[in-house]
Amino acid sequence: MPSQDNSRRRFLRRALAAGGALVLSGCDQLSQSAWFTKLLGSAEKLTFATQRLLLPRKAMAQEFTEADLSPFFRSNGTSNPDNPGYQAMAAHQFADYRLQVGGLVAQPRAYSLDELRALPSRTQITRHDCVEGWSAIGKWKGVPLSRVLEQVQPQPSARYVVFYCADPMDARGTRYYESIDMEDAWHAQTLLAYELNDAPLPIKNGAPIRVRVERQLGYKMAKYIMQIQLVERLDDIAGGQGGYWEDRGYEWYAGI
Amino acid sequence: MPPHDAATRVQTTGYLRHTWPVRLMHWINVLAFILLLMSGLQIFNAYPALNWGKSSYSGRPPILQMDARMDAQGNPMGVTRVFGHEFNTTGVLGLSAGMDGQPVQRGFPAWITLPSQQWLAMGRRWHFFFAWVLVINGFAYIAYTLASRHLARDLMPTRADWRSIGQSIKDHLLLRNAGEAARHYNILQKLTYLGVIFVLFPLVILLGWAMSPGLNALFPGWIDVFGGRQSARTIHFVVAWLLVGFVFIHLFEVVISGFWNNLRSMITGRYRTEGSEDA
Repeated sequence: MPSQDNSRRRFLRRALAAGGALVLSGCDQLSQSAWFTKLLGSAEKLTFATQRLLLPRKAMAQEFTEADLSPFFRSNGTSNPDNPGYQAMAAHQFADYRLQVGGLVAQPRAYSLDELRALPSRTQITRHDCVEGWSAIGKWKGVPLSRVLEQVQPQPSARYVVFYCADPMDARGTRYYESIDMEDAWHAQTLLAYELNDAPLPIKNGAPIRVRVERQLGYKMAKYIMQIQLVERLDDIAGGQGGYWEDRGYEWYAGI
Repeated sequence: MPPHDAATRVQTTGYLRHTWPVRLMHWINVLAFILLLMSGLQIFNAYPALNWGKSSYSGRPPILQMDARMDAQGNPMGVTRVFGHEFNTTGVLGLSAGMDGQPVQRGFPAWITLPSQQWLAMGRRWHFFFAWVLVINGFAYIAYTLASRHLARDLMPTRADWRSIGQSIKDHLLLRNAGEAARHYNILQKLTYLGVIFVLFPLVILLGWAMSPGLNALFPGWIDVFGGRQSARTIHFVVAWLLVGFVFIHLFEVVISGFWNNLRSMITGRYRTEGSEDA
């Protein structure tokens, strides 16, 4: 019996180690295969459909008080765009900045920073949740995107709002971009923010304009926005997935 | 892991211990839990710290943090700080061998994360896919366990069970096998399974939802019952490890109470009773 027990134990140990290694390398190989990652990605559609089903269109993200504010608001991703045109604008406090809004709209137009500030504003203290796992709480002031949409009048065929940014993400100059659908675009807390914690938006946090999409993760909230386009489809833009990080495997719907 | 009282006799030497839905859902759960744990640690590694409260930047230090720094000799070392105490965890936490064998800064080591390399986007894909598997499987199990009366018949403690709790604790401590009585779950086993099924798993799922900025908007402020989003993330992490603790105790009990017999009963359903020849 003891020898049988031993051999069983040995077998078990070997089986476990071999099984573990097999599972790991197998999973790593599956992570490289197109069909399996696509299968895994199908969960995003289920999550998106479920959250849209459960969440009322106007459901508001939690808002906080001044006491909850993070002592400093962390910058992530680009902290100072390596872009001469942007740097020239920043040197003049963005006096020459023009936000181009166009695409599938009846009245395309460009806004200076002063024109955006002159529109009715909203101030909100919200929690910024990074895909990495950390959160920070900041006080944002900006013009609701809905105010701008009312002025430019989206055409019925417009399904997405695409934000084109000033920050190059690599040596080839690939620019950051992001997109949201019309439901999030019209949401009351979706702001083109120009102030953080009662001061002009710092460069490290996206000056002069970043978007707030409070019911999604941080990477949706593009910084250094130069141009807004309303479009019908996303698959003909850059990598076709609707955003810089989406083109690199992150979910387009970042509600979780 | 007991049988129903009206258990079908498969042969004179054994009986059907687990019905096929329970067996199937058990193994789906095993697969989903392992993959969720490993992909969860991959996600944790993107921000290898745990905070308490609503945000990570509140002026207070993290309650747990994995980091890499230089030691006195100028060599890189991995450290884990827990409640202000620093531990040298080189090779495992904070600093461990990367894909090329060279030490790299990372929270949990490559052999326990999915994928092994640092790859947050892919870790999230695995995690959220198998989170759905776990949730759907969990609902199916609850529905089955109610409809089949598995819950009422096999899992709910009886008055006799409660009276036997002292004896059961003694038996477990002495690693004494219950013999014929093992046809029914004992009281500690029932309480453990109920705790895992109806407390720990629902809790870990709920805490996962609490980290979703989308679901946060369902009822603004609901996640404050956990102390805020970062507290929810911390408790999610702790409950995941409590589940790992359960798995170890479960495996230990499976091994000492007749490994092959138990394993067979969870695969084919058939459990050989005392006196019958063990394979």
